[in-house]
Amino acid sequence: MVPVDRAGSPGPALPAEGGPTDDAGLVEALRKGDEAAYRALVDRHTATLLRLASMYVSNPEVAADVVQETWIGVLQGIDRFEGRSSLKTWICRILVNKAKTAAQHEGRTVTLSDLGDDGLAPAVDPERFHDQGPRRGQWSNPPREWDRPEERLLSKETRAVVERAIAELPTNQRLTITMRDIEDLSAAHTCSVLGIGDGHQRVLLHRARTHVRAALEAYFSDVTETA
Amino acid sequence: MTWRDRLGRIARGQPGHVARAEPDRAELTCQELVELVSDYLEGALSSDDQHRFEAHLEGCDGCRAYLEQMRATILAVRGVTDADLDPAMRERFMDSFRDWRSLRDV
Repeated sequence: MVPVDRAGSPGPALPAEGGPTDDAGLVEALRKGDEAAYRALVDRHTATLLRLASMYVSNPEVAADVVQETWIGVLQGIDRFEGRSSLKTWICRILVNKAKTAAQHEGRTVTLSDLGDDGLAPAVDPERFHDQGPRRGQWSNPPREWDRPEERLLSKETRAVVERAIAELPTNQRLTITMRDIEDLSAAHTCSVLGIGDGHQRVLLHRARTHVRAALEAYFSDVTETA
Repeated sequence: MTWRDRLGRIARGQPGHVARAEPDRAELTCQELVELVSDYLEGALSSDDQHRFEAHLEGCDGCRAYLEQMRATILAVRGVTDADLDPAMRERFMDSFRDWRSLRDV
């Protein structure tokens, strides 16, 4: 996987997953009541927490409340943090528990255990493959290379297409692609926070990415044809 | 095994491939390959499947374009980042900290 410079992420450059040494220092500082350590954590993780909270609750103010409760939970629980998972994983688990409770109050439930109705939908429209003869299963309408993807993929318009495609996904796929590709969390971290197995996580990620790809392909082919 | 069987197995928590006494030398079709792209990118294919995947790519422009589109898609999704933290919200969270610390110091 190509490493991407996550420009614009606020706060000091903590490693994405927070290695044990790094975590130990932060936890120690927090236990001593070090405000700078807490501020660094808030700056680093709040955007992630808000994004995850908003998958469970619909009201943005409730999502902000959930994040505040999470930070209070982190402070109250920090003496009991044993370092068995990374600090970030532990914080995200607290968030998910608080968010589930808030979602119940909103009358929403988020189920991750099933694949959703389209769990086994094909990645690509079957119409685009030969369905009989010696070329069965081969492309009849293959994808074309995207022209100048590096420029176009980062444009505001493309970003809007991507956001819309993600918003259309079932919640479990949306959570998975958000954690893996937007927040750049590892597969192990994602499974641990969501409480799902690795194979399940990969299927959800696959479905989510293929949906976004199809949206981008449709968008790029429209742009090309009208250009 | 079709891609649908494979996904069904993965969904049930079983490996996406089945160990066979005879290695399956059948070539992947394009339609099968597109279902394996995420497992390929995640490094989750068996070495046998990875070999078949790469052998197919070598001879198939359409699947190479598809794989590149999936890689580009991941980059585009990564480009969706959040706005900076609202200063008022940060202050709210800092207030929680100060409350906590003052209680702790008692």
